[in-house]
Formats: sequence, structure tokens, C-alpha cells
Amino acid sequence: MSLLSDTLASKHKSGSKLLIPYITGGLGEEWIEVLLAVVDAGADAVEVGIPFSDPMIDGPVIQEASQRALGMGATPISILSALGALELDIPIAVMTYYNLIHHAGEERFAHWMIDASVSGAIFPDLSFEESVSWRQISTDLDIDTVQLVAPSTSNDRAKLLCEASEGFVYAIGVMGTTGERAQLHKSAIEISKRLKSITNKPVLVGIGVSNSEQAKAVSEVADGVVVGSALVRRVLEGEGPRGAYSFVADLRKAIDS
Amino acid sequence: MSGIMDYPKNGRFGDFGGRYVPESLHGACVEVERYFEKFWSDEDFKAEYIHILQEYAGRPTPLTHAKRLSDQLSVDVFLKREDLTHTGSHKINNVIGQALLTKKMGKKKIIAETGAGQHGVATATAAALFGLSCQVYMGEVDVKRQALNVFRMQLLGAEVIPVGSGSRTLKDAVNEAMRAWVSEIETTHYCIGSVMGPHPYPYMVREFQRVIGEEAATQFANQQGGTPDFVIACIGGGSNAAGTFAGFVDTKAKLIGVEPEGGAAISRGSPGVVHGMRSNLLQDEFGQVQEAESISAGLDYPGVGPEHSYLASIGRASYKTVSDSEVLEAVTLLSQLEGIVPALEPAHAVAYLAREAGSEIPKDSTVVLTLSGRGDKDAEVVASLISARLGKK
Ligand SMILES: Cc1ncc(COP(=O)(O)O)c(C=O)c1O
Repeated sequence: MSLLSDTLASKHKSGSKLLIPYITGGLGEEWIEVLLAVVDAGADAVEVGIPFSDPMIDGPVIQEASQRALGMGATPISILSALGALELDIPIAVMTYYNLIHHAGEERFAHWMIDASVSGAIFPDLSFEESVSWRQISTDLDIDTVQLVAPSTSNDRAKLLCEASEGFVYAIGVMGTTGERAQLHKSAIEISKRLKSITNKPVLVGIGVSNSEQAKAVSEVADGVVVGSALVRRVLEGEGPRGAYSFVADLRKAIDS
Repeated sequence: MSGIMDYPKNGRFGDFGGRYVPESLHGACVEVERYFEKFWSDEDFKAEYIHILQEYAGRPTPLTHAKRLSDQLSVDVFLKREDLTHTGSHKINNVIGQALLTKKMGKKKIIAETGAGQHGVATATAAALFGLSCQVYMGEVDVKRQALNVFRMQLLGAEVIPVGSGSRTLKDAVNEAMRAWVSEIETTHYCIGSVMGPHPYPYMVREFQRVIGEEAATQFANQQGGTPDFVIACIGGGSNAAGTFAGFVDTKAKLIGVEPEGGAAISRGSPGVVHGMRSNLLQDEFGQVQEAESISAGLDYPGVGPEHSYLASIGRASYKTVSDSEVLEAVTLLSQLEGIVPALEPAHAVAYLAREAGSEIPKDSTVVLTLSGRGDKDAEVVASLISARLGKK
């Protein structure tokens, strides 16, 4: 159990819906201000992406954000040390692709995370089967490793993944890459129902949740949402911390109402 | 026998391979694995596959004794002529297998990535043959330099989707094909073009390519007797090499894979995880994947199939590099000594042989070299680079 599980579990118990915005670390000079704005706007935790050269499960917006951040010199170290310098009241989870962990060494990377007070890990291409040694290390260091469950995941496997998941269960709302969708896909509601029936952990839906209306609709079934591309697009378009604040504040209002 | 190239345990060849995929793709990979295992041990399926390779794709391909080249280099060279298959490269062997499997899985659509366009052309061909719809992802850089193949794919009824992200070459085409696959898993099979990607692809593609090595081993034994001293093939993802090596891994033949200097994942990379597999990879100090840079679109890839990383790690195969200019010379050499215009990819293997004959490949050695494809597709690129030099002669 870490800060991520504790925080989310207690808010969840109090009946509150959970909101986790995603931002790309190192995207622009102001990315830390964006992060702080998102926190002020009412995030329960923040998912910070460490950009990778080949973001296989990301759509055009996060691809673009990753390339820009890399172009500005973002590295795992630069992002984690910037996070480490902050004093936040809410937990941070890092989202990135496994090669960055593999290359650093799992143990070393985990210690970088600890030094940065990061309490959650989301590595979408580290499949459950390949994650045995990482999960051992993260458990020993009190880092929560969040498992993702997809609409295509069988029920038996979903049980296994929910059982193993720490912090929350990341329900993939739509079969596809990250990115905004005009309509909420019905798979987002279906997977929420399905996972709620097999786990007591908070179930948050991410991928394909693009605006307040969709966030509200999903939160009526699930315990909350992860919103990425819609926020990152605003940052890419230059809306800065203020734009990020108002977008996240709207999401907060929508899921709380 | 030795078991070196056996079914990968837990999807791994030694420490390499595995299945590093997002959860959305897990089920699809398992499905491909189940179908492949079921049908690859089914005699009827195998017979159908072999029948199509023979009646449609022109197998077996000859093993040609390259006499003038042998005289010039003082080694005895035998060329395995994958350039003579239908569509002009070994890629067809794999695609016929995967297209058959697509039918068995009840899927209606096939998608592929392509670098040189040979795998794309082969996939478009099989799609036409089997009545499947087909989309091919291709980096924008490659769309330009392999324009002839883009047109061939379109003529065959496939849609070519240019990929503008990253290095705009093969690596990014793979990313984009994977992304597309996630959203259409129910209806679509992803036909990976080399011995790479998540399990079972590296193994499955090698099995569909082992026909190269098995034929060559028998042909060599019939023509020359025994086994060759050296077996040489070029390495992009490594499928023509893996298929060739499969026929010789249990013999004394020395196995050599030839990489481009600018895309030498084994010679210059380190273990990493991308495209669903753990294998050698060109990457920077933080693990960001580096862009390969090769004259040959088919070898312009920063990774390599995991089985090659394994064969290198146990010392069963060795991996060498050649430069772009050596490759261009090799194209001319083979064209003018044997009347065979090779694709730029297998010209890497020829370039290594030409450079090392009498040295790493001692005088009078016997060599089987896989000529994985013919050179038509590269005519424009090669012309722009060497016509000036040819004119001077
Ligand atoms: C003729 C030819 N040879 C070789 C390759 C490289 O692929 P592999 O290393 O999988 O054989 C290609 C790829 O496009 C090709 O077209």
C-alpha cells in the first residue's frame, strides 16, 4: 500500500468520484505549472507521462506531445527530479513504456521513482506475464503498480488483473489508442460494469474519455476517470496552466454533480 | 537434434523475445498463437501451404552455383534464389502462411507494415489471392524511395497508408500498424513481415520461412555433397536469415548475418524492449529508440528479431556489418558477373562475402548465400547513386 492506494481508497470510501488527469512530463517550459494547476483544479492524483520515442498505444496527440518533450530534452531523470522537488498533497503515478525502465534497470528506476516521491507505476506495454520481477521490486518499495484491463480481456483474466492491480484498476474504455472521441464508446460503460462486479478496488476508465459530459456518464458506473489527450491537446495548443486549470475544474464539477 | 531453434520456452529464445504488449493486444496474440499451433501441426494445413507455395509462388526456388563470382572471389558460392519467387522476394513464404491462418481465424482483413515494400506487395498479393481486404502501413520516407512497390500494392487492390511519425520508416510503420490493429482486432489479422514482434510472431514467421533453408540444405547436398562451410544472409528484422539458418543450424556450417552499418542492432545495439519483444536495439543512454539509417529500406530498422539476439548470445551465429557504398558495389558486381540484379537488402550479404573472401571466408570455402529478393524495386535509388560511376567506365 502506498500513498496512491491510501488516497484513492479513502476518497472512494467517502463516496467521492475520482479524477486523474494525465499530462506529458517535460512538455514545454511550463509543464510543472500545468501540473500544479491540475492539482489546484481538483485532481485526486496525477498521471505524469515520461515521453518515449515509440509510444505504441498512444494516438496523435500524445505522440506529438512526446516528440515535443523529447525534442526539448526531457529524460526520465529530468522529469523525476522536477517531480521530486515539489511538495504535493496528492499522489503522482508515472506512466511510461517499459524500455525506459528496462534500460535503466528495474531496481534503479524504482529508486528514482521513490526519490521523486512517485507512488504509482503505469507501464502499458509491460504485460502482466512479463512484469513478475518488476512487481516484486515495486512491492518491496511500496510503489503501486496499476494494471490495465481491456474490453477484450476475458473474465478470468480480468479477475487476475484486478486482483494484482494496486492503487486502482485502469479500465481501458475503448479498443484503440489514446485520443479524443466525439462519442463515448459503449465499451466504456460495459467494462465499468464488468469490473465493478469483480473487484472492490476503485475502477477508473481511461482512453476515450474526452470531455465533462463523457466523464460524467462514465462516472455514473465507474469510480472515476483518467483524462489524457483532451488535456494534453489544450497544452499543445498553448492554453497553458490556466487552460489546464479550467478544463480540469470543469471535469471535477461534472463528475461531482 | 541440438534444439537450438526449437519452440521458444515461454515465448522466449533464451533471454530474448517474450510478449511485451498492451493488454488490449494480449488476447489477439494468444489467438494467433493458438491458431498457429493448431494448424502448423495439421498435415492438411501444411499440405495446402506447400501446395500454394509450389503452384502459385514458384517454389522450390533454385540454388544457383555462381560460377563467375566464385572464380573472382576464389570461394565456391551458391545463391538461394528467393528473387525468383512470385512477387520477387522471400516475403511471400511468410505471407502465404499468415493469409491461410487469417482465413482459418475467420478474419476478413489483413494489415501489414512494410519497409522496402516487398512485404507489403506480398501481403497485397495474398490478400487478392484469398479475397481479403488489405491495408499496408509504410513510412513516408519509404513511400518515396520505393515508389514502384507503392504502385504495385495499389494495383493489387491494397490501400497504402503513409506514416508520418518518428523517423517515417519501418520502425514507425510497425508502431502505426500495431495501433491500427488494436482498434480492429475482431476482424483483422496483423501480418508482421519479419521474425519480430510479440510471441508467437518471431517463431511463426521463422517457421513459414524455414522452407528456404530446408530446400537449400537438400539442394546443396545434391549438387555439391555435404554441407556448406558458410551460410550467409542479410538481416533487417531477420526473417530470410532465420529461415535460411533453420536449414543449417544443426550442421557444422558457420552462420553469418549481415547488417547495415547504420542499422546494426546486434553489432552495435544493446538489449531493449520495443514492438512487443526483448531483443537487441539501437537506443540512447536513456532507452529512447534511435533511428536507423540505411540505403536499404528493408534493413532500415533499429531492432532485430529475438532469435538472432539469442543465436548471437550463444555464439551459434555471428553478425557483421557492411557500409552503404560496399553494398552499391555489390549490386554492380553480382549484376555484371552473374546477370542477377539483387535487391539492396541481399546485396549486403554479397558485399560482406566480396569483402571477406580470402579473409574471414577462407579461400575455397563453400558458401550458401540467400538472395532474398530481386533489384527492380531499387532501380531508381541505385540509378541515382551509381549511374554516374557506371557511365565513366
Ligand atoms: C528482398 C528483401 N530482403 C530482406 C529484407 C529484410 O527482411 P528480413 O531481415 O526479415 O529478411 C527485405 C525487407 O523488406 C527485403 O525486401
